[in-house]
Amino acid sequence: MSTNIPIVENILNANDLLAGQIHDRLERAGVFSFNVMASPGGGKTSTILRTVRTLMGEFRVGVMDGDIVPIDLEELAKMGIPVSLINTGGNCHLDANMVIGALPTLDLNALDLLIIENVGNLVCPAAFKLGVDLNVVIASVPEGADKPYKYPTMFRGADVLLLNKMDLCEYQGFDLEYFKHGIEVLNPGVAFFPLSCRTGEGFDAWIDWLRAKIKTRSAATHVGQ
Amino acid sequence: MHELGITHSILNIAVKHAQQVGAIRIKELNLVIGEMSSIVDDSVQFYWEMVAQGTLAEGSTLNFRRVAGRLHCDGCGHEFAFNRQDFVCPQCQSPQIRIVGGEEFFLESIDVDFDPEKQRPVQP
Ligand SMILES: Nc1nc2c(ncn2[C@@H]2O[C@H](COP(=O)(O)OP(=O)(O)OP(=O)(O)O)[C@@H](O)[C@H]2O)c(=O)[nH]1
Ligand SMILES: [Mg+2]
Ligand SMILES: [Zn+2]
Repeated sequence: MSTNIPIVENILNANDLLAGQIHDRLERAGVFSFNVMASPGGGKTSTILRTVRTLMGEFRVGVMDGDIVPIDLEELAKMGIPVSLINTGGNCHLDANMVIGALPTLDLNALDLLIIENVGNLVCPAAFKLGVDLNVVIASVPEGADKPYKYPTMFRGADVLLLNKMDLCEYQGFDLEYFKHGIEVLNPGVAFFPLSCRTGEGFDAWIDWLRAKIKTRSAATHVGQ
Repeated sequence: MHELGITHSILNIAVKHAQQVGAIRIKELNLVIGEMSSIVDDSVQFYWEMVAQGTLAEGSTLNFRRVAGRLHCDGCGHEFAFNRQDFVCPQCQSPQIRIVGGEEFFLESIDVDFDPEKQRPVQP
């Protein structure tokens, strides 16, 4: 006769513990961080490029990219900022273990802001915490307004949601109300910014919001020191 | 696919707890997986035999309890199944609804064997 041993332990516990360590290290170094998630081609790199270009005069920015090839990263490196490739070996998401392994490749004390581009995937990345301050989820107009309904986990895990490629709305048609209702049910009150990396429309609101977050955080760190 | 890593995590949790109680074999693992947790149980099953080989869990069975996504209507209190088309209460058409279940992803319990020699009840 076997004996039943009750456990009730979250299967991603080990990942969450590592994520906690990442968070501590970034916080100690005074680095604000965010994780960018979207479908393949949703606009992660474009958003990061434009965001970095806008903020690099104010903050020292570094980028990590979870990818199999360094194409996106080379684009980012052209701006003269520190970048680091997290080789995902074909994995469908980043996890805390991969990020912790890549942390030594950047000088954290020389950064104010760390941006991590996750693997292009709208299903899994949100389940794996990386210990960052913000999870940024990008949806894009050509993907359709039904994405929150089909991929609830991703939208539930977002701290801020960007709807990219708004410039395509007029050709594409996009039921913004249907999209927003899905978001509201999954993640009530989440910060939401429709924008376009192509035209720059809507970008100011996102940047202002982000800047305020970074400043609040760095003020809190300095008080704590 | 991320299920290989997850399969390892499941094994590590089970073995840790089995060792803590001094079990010699894990026979069954009882997992609870919500519909929205984005885990494909078939793939975990697929990797299991390979991953468990040579451990306390070799030859063990994975039991999955799937939990359906549940929505609750704040308008009328009705609870209904998550669907991937609209988030509107089927009873009162209210859009004021929220998720109340389906995100679980944990190892609930394991069934283990003890060494019969060592586990002989101690007579006072
Ligand atoms: N029309 C339009 N195209 C855009 C916009 N933003 C990005 N794109 C285009 O969409 C394509 C994908 O953009 P990326 O920024 O590379 O997307 P990504 O999410 O980093 O892609 P992966 O890293 O490959 O998953 C590129 O051709 C971009 O030029 C936008 O706002 N409007
Ligand atoms: Mg990219
Ligand atoms: Zn109702």
